Amino acid sequence: MHVPDGFINAPTSAATGLVAAGAIAVSLRGARRELDERTAPLAGLVAAFIFAVQMLNFPVAAGTSGHLLGGALAAILVGPYTGVLCVSVVLLMQGILFADGGLTALGVNITDMAIVTTVVTYAVFRVLVRVLPRARRSVTIASFTAALLSVPAAACAFTLIYAVGGTTDVSIGKVATAMIGVHVLIGLGEAAITALTVGAVIAVRPDLVHGARGLTRRLKLRVNGELVDAPAAAPAPAAAPVAARSHRGLWITGLVTSLVLAGFVSFYASSSPDGLEKVAHDQGIDKTEKQHAASDSPLAGYGVKDIADARLSGGLAGVIGVGATVAAGSGVFWAVRRRRTADTAPAGTAAPTTGTGV
Amino acid sequence: MGAGHAHRLYRHGHSPVHALPPHTKLAAAFAFVVVVVSTPREAIWAYPLYAALLGAVAYVARVPAGFLLRRLLIEVPFVAFAVLMPFVAEGERVQVLGLSLSVNGLWGAWNVLAKGTLGVAASVLLAATTELRALLLGLQRLKLPPLLVQIASFMIRYGDVITDEMRRMRIARASRGFEARGVRHWGVLAKSAGALFIRSYERGERVHLAMVSRGYAGSLPVIDEVTASRAQWSYALALPLSALAVCLLGWIL
Amino acid sequence: MDPVTAPVPASAPTSGTAPGTAPEAAPGPAASLEVSGLAFAYPDGHQALFGVDFRIERGERVALLGPNGAGKTTLVLHLNGILTAGAGTVRVAGLPVDKRNMAEIRRRVGIVFQDPDDQLFMPTVREDVAFGPAAAGLRGAELEERVDRALERVGMREFKDRPPHHLSFGQRRRVAVATVLAMEPEILVLDEPSSNLDPASRRELADILRSLDVTVLMVTHDLPYALELCPRSLVLSEGVIAADGPTAELLADEELMRAHRLELPFGFDPRSVAVQSPRSAQSAQFV
Repeated sequence: MHVPDGFINAPTSAATGLVAAGAIAVSLRGARRELDERTAPLAGLVAAFIFAVQMLNFPVAAGTSGHLLGGALAAILVGPYTGVLCVSVVLLMQGILFADGGLTALGVNITDMAIVTTVVTYAVFRVLVRVLPRARRSVTIASFTAALLSVPAAACAFTLIYAVGGTTDVSIGKVATAMIGVHVLIGLGEAAITALTVGAVIAVRPDLVHGARGLTRRLKLRVNGELVDAPAAAPAPAAAPVAARSHRGLWITGLVTSLVLAGFVSFYASSSPDGLEKVAHDQGIDKTEKQHAASDSPLAGYGVKDIADARLSGGLAGVIGVGATVAAGSGVFWAVRRRRTADTAPAGTAAPTTGTGV
Repeated sequence: MGAGHAHRLYRHGHSPVHALPPHTKLAAAFAFVVVVVSTPREAIWAYPLYAALLGAVAYVARVPAGFLLRRLLIEVPFVAFAVLMPFVAEGERVQVLGLSLSVNGLWGAWNVLAKGTLGVAASVLLAATTELRALLLGLQRLKLPPLLVQIASFMIRYGDVITDEMRRMRIARASRGFEARGVRHWGVLAKSAGALFIRSYERGERVHLAMVSRGYAGSLPVIDEVTASRAQWSYALALPLSALAVCLLGWIL
Repeated sequence: MDPVTAPVPASAPTSGTAPGTAPEAAPGPAASLEVSGLAFAYPDGHQALFGVDFRIERGERVALLGPNGAGKTTLVLHLNGILTAGAGTVRVAGLPVDKRNMAEIRRRVGIVFQDPDDQLFMPTVREDVAFGPAAAGLRGAELEERVDRALERVGMREFKDRPPHHLSFGQRRRVAVATVLAMEPEILVLDEPSSNLDPASRRELADILRSLDVTVLMVTHDLPYALELCPRSLVLSEGVIAADGPTAELLADEELMRAHRLELPFGFDPRSVAVQSPRSAQSAQFV
């Protein structure tokens, strides 16, 4: 999603620059609270980690591959403020050293990739962790959902910026379609890897997951108490099913929302099987180039398909998005049900935690 | 990131451009890009002039054209996008070689390509003539918050170390016959990422211990202060100022 | 046996030294390092140290031996106040390690960590070596001179402007020693100095350590290296000092070695190696 110079007009670039500067200023204060005097070394190492993780390509559908953006991961692991700082620093260095993302577009890039992703992730994550039962699995589910939403949210933010200050008049509908459609896909990969990574960290060093601090402290005590990781020791067994039921309502709402989102996307994508993709195909733009592009830039989303039939692929992103959302939703239900059975069953029968089991 | 990449980007040399203080170069590159971005796209003649200005800088800096052009390849995804624009944009259309193209789209493509390319070229020149360390000092001098500079410098210092660790993990995975081919393998990749995070975080804590052990109390001592004379400033700002002249002409004409 | 009374090393022109620190010194000759009754438990309840007592006189080179998990690193982190004792005291040249003295303590105790990549965090060797003295307020020519001197002592002066990650592992460890020497510490604490070094780098580092005239506490489980460099050794096991005596004698005591999971390399006979400068030949006292 690295926007180059000249893509967004000067006034909008300047405005986003101000937004970015303000957010970074707030984050600088906040990060000291999150990490106290260890801020610089730890945030630096986390930034290096995000940089490295961006090289981790994961295979997505249809022969393309995406890579982690890392904003969601950073927000959950080290907190939103430090997350904003880390991703911003990564973007800054990419812009200056690798010319990846324009210097004048730095504000745009930081706003949508560092700020929107981390803030959306963290907000969604905190809410979910609060309403879901206190268990590791909930953290994994919350991470998945938060990361899943963060990427299309960044795409929306980009579309918005584009609508305000885009230098070309491609219709907003088309931009939104392509951006959000593709990013639902990328978001899925981001979500899965983020959730699994958080799960893996929680399994080994639960204290390092910033977003789950309250949770881990209690878990640890319990572990010390009886040397097993026993969800059966939940404080109020009678209250748990009730709580779970009320959460289920919330989950259904969430699921419906994401279905609507995905449906919206697929509607757009299929109702306008337009020139974008068709042209990309007709003009014979190199296939590998498209793959490469899709792995990194949103714009490359325009060339995401290497399916032969351009029209068919026009709706592909949306369709996959719907399917994936349904799958995610089912996963959530499955997880909730498993947790409930685990709650009522003796400790030993609980399924392995995601972190260790996957 | 880190030194490996940095060394590929940086071209050691003793040209006048290399010798300029880093913050003057950063300011000049940034101002230049701002000027380019604010130029009206209808002033087509202005862009070759900008390119010529950058060419002159490259000549003075003794950065070979081949190097510069190779580094421009980072732009490729946007070129692909720009090529699409004439086909998808709205508005009045013209027929070129039997294709129906949008006039606005053509302008848009030209606009993004020209400005994007000049922006990338300016960044490449900056990175090619300024050492990584100097860039950080320059940013610090330009009043980037010290904490950000510190984070950036830790990131650069440990980028290599972390990337190396990731490479070792990948080799370990590969030597046990693992190759990420599909969704089924996401779990393995995620566990690598998790392990990498833990290692990074724990290293961060150890680095902090090492810093505290040598008297760190929240801010890095400024050991190197970069300064620029008035002459150096005017030398560096020659680029954006001449670009500004071109830009103003573009608005007037 | 070592009647040095000045609490501050003569070669310490640091501005950070408050003139009023001396009165806090313990009565009698101040040892470089004095640890008594030190006990410590981590916040999670795991107790690592159970009353550690020892004393290291100025100029001694002492090895702290112990198996993995004996509490060696925990002990080291107490020496400059990164961890604070649950019970007991640590004194460096007579100055107790506590909040008020922290800056001075950290200058006096130079810790060389096991992984030089943790220790060398600045972009160039020069800045890294300058970090400590600069944090203590040194600037300009004085700072440069300090940096040059420290790098000279480890034979790394010509690498001054290189980034640390472009050096070999052995070179990085030497620079790590220099970063600490630049602070002109009272006592140099090395955590596993010989780990990951090839034989030549081992040799070079040993020569450097021998050439320094500072008190050295070397934490290691590399027994031949301890024997080569340190006339005296302490054995830390299960959170207490289990033995304290001449290194050669301790290593020759097979029962003691076995009891604390310390093993000599195959075919290595400690009695066949002559130890240099046996200046602190205390009689062995086994606890």
